[in-house]
Amino acid sequence: MERASSRLTPWLFLGIPLIIYLIWVIGPMFYTFYLSLTNWDGLSAPEFIRLRNYFRLFQDPVFFISLQNNLKWILSFITVPVIGGLALAMALNRSLPGDKFFKASFYAPMVLSLVVCGLIWSWMYHPENGLINSVLRLLGLNSITRGWLSDQNLVMWAVIAVAVWRQVGYVMVLYLAGLKNVDSWLVDASRVDGANAWQVFRHVILPQLAPITVIVITISIIDSLRAFDLVSVMTRGGPYNSSSVLANFMYIEAFNNYKMGYGAAVSVILFLISLIFIGIYLRRVLKTEEA
Amino acid sequence: MTARSFFRSPLKVILFFILILLALLWLVPVITSVVTSVRTNDDILSRGFWALPKQLVFSNFKTAWQRGGLSKFLPNSFIITIPSLVLTLFLSSLSAYALARFKFRANRLIYFLFVGGMMLPFQVLLLPVFRLTDFLGLYDTYWGLIAFHTAFQMGFCTFVLRNYMITVPIQIFEAAKIDGCNAFRIWWQIMMPLTVPALAAIATLEFTWIFNDYLLAIVLVRSEEHMPVTAGLASLQGQFIMDWTVIVSGALLAAVPTIIVFIFLQRYFIEGLTLGSSK
Repeated sequence: MERASSRLTPWLFLGIPLIIYLIWVIGPMFYTFYLSLTNWDGLSAPEFIRLRNYFRLFQDPVFFISLQNNLKWILSFITVPVIGGLALAMALNRSLPGDKFFKASFYAPMVLSLVVCGLIWSWMYHPENGLINSVLRLLGLNSITRGWLSDQNLVMWAVIAVAVWRQVGYVMVLYLAGLKNVDSWLVDASRVDGANAWQVFRHVILPQLAPITVIVITISIIDSLRAFDLVSVMTRGGPYNSSSVLANFMYIEAFNNYKMGYGAAVSVILFLISLIFIGIYLRRVLKTEEA
Repeated sequence: MTARSFFRSPLKVILFFILILLALLWLVPVITSVVTSVRTNDDILSRGFWALPKQLVFSNFKTAWQRGGLSKFLPNSFIITIPSLVLTLFLSSLSAYALARFKFRANRLIYFLFVGGMMLPFQVLLLPVFRLTDFLGLYDTYWGLIAFHTAFQMGFCTFVLRNYMITVPIQIFEAAKIDGCNAFRIWWQIMMPLTVPALAAIATLEFTWIFNDYLLAIVLVRSEEHMPVTAGLASLQGQFIMDWTVIVSGALLAAVPTIIVFIFLQRYFIEGLTLGSSK
């Protein structure tokens, strides 16, 4: 579509952005692999030690705790906010009185930074004066009150709950957009044929939402792998690493213990896991390109 | 549907009340924070959360702003966010234009690089970017953070803008070309005005994303002089360790800019999120 002499034109537009992107994003991605094979303290030159970081990693209990916690995060994220967000989108898809208020209150947590969310929820969870324990005491449920962020079995779920609180609105937005594209003719037709509300949802609406569901789930998984801020602000991975996730484990090894090569090995693992889901997403993009 | 016809069905009335309950429940943490911020710490400690406060105070905000350093951190956040936002939108509109309008062999590959990079957990880039920033002498400066945000956010912005630009009918450009416009004038005078709705949407979204970044802020900046408000807030936690009223007040103050954006630009914010997932 362009003349041969203007072959250069796209590169005039692409040149500077692409160079910056290659230097700050694509290059570092590969450089992480190299760093993971070194013994680097962040100051002196990295020393090549082959796979030693990985051997150590696979014997490190904190690594497996973190991996497990990321998995808990993923499982929570692809269920609770997805089902909740979809249900809310279904409820708010028609014009309800007050729907602006409803939507706004579910959106609101999304604009707060995770640091702000982490701090206000740390206060909610506060063992003495936090709202949650105060309410429980008021209801006479003293036996249920506890240190939500100091109990090793509970702490991870307490942090994930905050992330879920923030995620529901996001999923709702995506499904609300998806519902706009659902064929209303089909919905009406199935109603005429005598399908009840659940059947219409299950067999007419849900299948049409499948593409958006793939995107929602992919984004949820990537977001779970990105988890860092809440843990860093609320628990720093404690008590006894029980709420550590891969990103925090990496950060602590690299910047608190100055084992940057070891930290890089953790981020390579993080990268390899996310690569699976980036691949799924890219394949989807490719399909829509060819369609 | 009018409110009256809506409330005729009892099932819908139940649904409506469940929604009210849920929406309020969702706001509880924010409401709790506001209530906490206007009380004194002693009052909460000695009389408990449910006691009616003897007096309302605004001293917590003042403490967070002055002694907590938010008077410095908040402006820093703007100094970092605004240039990042402008640069990333400008550069992305260039690359998106190239990918949307020109056929060349590497087109698909470069598009995939941007999309793939956008999905990357950016923790993966952390250590090399730390080293690169240090190498360039940008460690502990505003520009270190601006450079990273500009580059990293280009993935998402290029993705969205490219998909938006590709829907513009090609005839418009053919006509301009016949009129003798060069490629840059076509981009600036024809494509960019048509792209304003998408630019507004992702600008709103990107503002909150860059403003709310925490991890890069703690890695690429060390001194309080250059710290954005997210990193500053986290340090507040150590400074006022038992004083939750000050910490919560600081958190509320830090959230004001993004809340303002949300209140006034909610439509664009939501549009941005939808644009990002429509492909």
